[in-house]
Amino acid sequence: MAYQITDGCVNCWACEPLCPSQAIQAAKPHFIIDPSQCSECAGDFAEPQCASICPIEGAILDASGIPMNPPGSLTGIPPERMAAARAEIRAR
Amino acid sequence: MEGGPAGGCASSSCGGSSDKLAHLPEAIRAKVNDHPCFSEDAHHHYARMHVAVAPACNIQCHYCNRKYDCSNESRPGVVSELLTPEQAVQKTLAVAAAIPQMSVLGIAGPGDPLANPERTLATFRALSEKAPDIKLCVSTNGLALPELVDEICQHNIDHVTITINCVDPEIGAKIYPWIFWNNRRIKGVKAARILIEQQQKGLAMLAERGVLVKVNSVLIPGVNDEHLKEVSRVVKAKGAFLHNVMPLIAEAEHGTFYGLMGQRGPTHDELQALQDACSGDMAMMRHCRQCRADAVGMLGEDRGAEFSVEKIGQMDIDYAAAMERRAAVHAEIEAKRQAQREASQQAVQTSGGEVFVALDSLTRRRPAAPSTEVNAMSAATSASDTTAFATHPATPLAAAQPASSRAKAKAGNASRRLRIAVASSGSGVINQHFGHAREFLVYEADAEDVRFIGTRRVQAYCTGDETCGEAESALAGTLRALEGCAAVLCSKIGIEPWDALEAAGIAPNGEHAMEPIETAVAAVYAELTASGALDQAEPMSALSA
Repeated sequence: MAYQITDGCVNCWACEPLCPSQAIQAAKPHFIIDPSQCSECAGDFAEPQCASICPIEGAILDASGIPMNPPGSLTGIPPERMAAARAEIRAR
Repeated sequence: MEGGPAGGCASSSCGGSSDKLAHLPEAIRAKVNDHPCFSEDAHHHYARMHVAVAPACNIQCHYCNRKYDCSNESRPGVVSELLTPEQAVQKTLAVAAAIPQMSVLGIAGPGDPLANPERTLATFRALSEKAPDIKLCVSTNGLALPELVDEICQHNIDHVTITINCVDPEIGAKIYPWIFWNNRRIKGVKAARILIEQQQKGLAMLAERGVLVKVNSVLIPGVNDEHLKEVSRVVKAKGAFLHNVMPLIAEAEHGTFYGLMGQRGPTHDELQALQDACSGDMAMMRHCRQCRADAVGMLGEDRGAEFSVEKIGQMDIDYAAAMERRAAVHAEIEAKRQAQREASQQAVQTSGGEVFVALDSLTRRRPAAPSTEVNAMSAATSASDTTAFATHPATPLAAAQPASSRAKAKAGNASRRLRIAVASSGSGVINQHFGHAREFLVYEADAEDVRFIGTRRVQAYCTGDETCGEAESALAGTLRALEGCAAVLCSKIGIEPWDALEAAGIAPNGEHAMEPIETAVAAVYAELTASGALDQAEPMSALSA
């Protein structure tokens, strides 16, 4: 069981020092979690640390590939509003 | 008082408005004398830089988007290149060698510097050894501040900025969706309450230890606008010495919550009204340019592109020689500032003719019996080294005048405030071509006083990308930015913009090139009012009496 980081990651370093298993590494194009090291913080913290500080929705997935922080959960921006704004800006 | 660079009358124009910090103790004024962010006068002369070593953040703000790599944008939290502490030190030394006016190194993100304590403190530690003449400065949201106060003090960081947008958790919940605290993500009012407690605690701890604290607040219309008056009162009581109320920057293309949800920023007038409302309680900073977390140069400019990691790697720098050169350049700057102050003083002593050469002379020409005038002179002189607090303009003279004369002057002149824009590339003088200006400094003048009220950028935040900003000609944008100004002062100006400005009712003026800004603004105010160029008839007739 391990989490993973997607290409939504902005390489902000927030998660890296928090990982109790040192499973997170800076890498290009984005940070990665070593699946053999990740314990999902079991036994160390009640809540997974990387997913609790990550500011980017969808950047960290759980073992089954589901975003730990789904769209709208961190910024409060409704996903449909985000999609509409993206389309609007693209159309300019 | 005479000895130090900020001593006595030395702080900008005596009895005038430009010295926002004249009410502060001498020791504090000396500390901010060459800090372009903490002293408005210093920002005409000294440069600063930020190094982007701190990417992580421990909170989310609704005006921030953590994807921070647009090189065309200029606003807080935006950087183009993240640096290691070693790279940051190298870059700082390179910039300080190339731009000898540099006096301050700040760490301001792009995340929260204190959420990256190792990277931030390593940078400061190395710099305090290698460039001990450079002031160190840090900016934070305050969440991690209390636990790091002692380390901050150890590293000679004697300027700290805390962003405090509220002291009420209910309001905070509308600004901060979450914080990371004690290994958990916390949301809502509870999160805001913790953040506010930490900010206030950190502020008090810094003040106790003699560290200068500036408080930044983002003005968010409908969210914290009225509330910021209370914020100003509270932070002053806790020991902050300068309050910087900045306008919210919110565009959909920035991808922030406020930008996408249609939250508007304040107008220039709303911002100024709030700054004025807060100013009764404490000194307000009005010259903030809301710069990037990797900005380099004078406040109005950004030379960051000249100092990329790649470019500084190729520079060959003699650090010891650079430090000597900085000392020499700073001494020159101080000599120049001193000369400007003395010239302004001299003008007060000798002017009796028709030319308005100084703020004080404007005041002196107010209707008054000769004996009152003498009193006014001595009042202005003695007040200059005590409490010429800018936001209560020209009190020395007003106090010295008979009440009836003051009332008359108020009825006749005080309402005739004019905004006058200035193009300056630094040194506190009018020295920039209209067409080269990327920003204008806006001053408000009346019969008694000239005060700086803010800057107007004449370049969209985004210029390199067609999705950024509206497509409009540069001149049209400039005219819009100068709306509400009666005149614009510059060193030179072309025919096309001259005509366009006149058509827009803004008087172009290139006759005060190389003059100190406030002196020139006072003179142009007098010219405009005396010439009858303005609608009302002879409002300033008393001045030429």
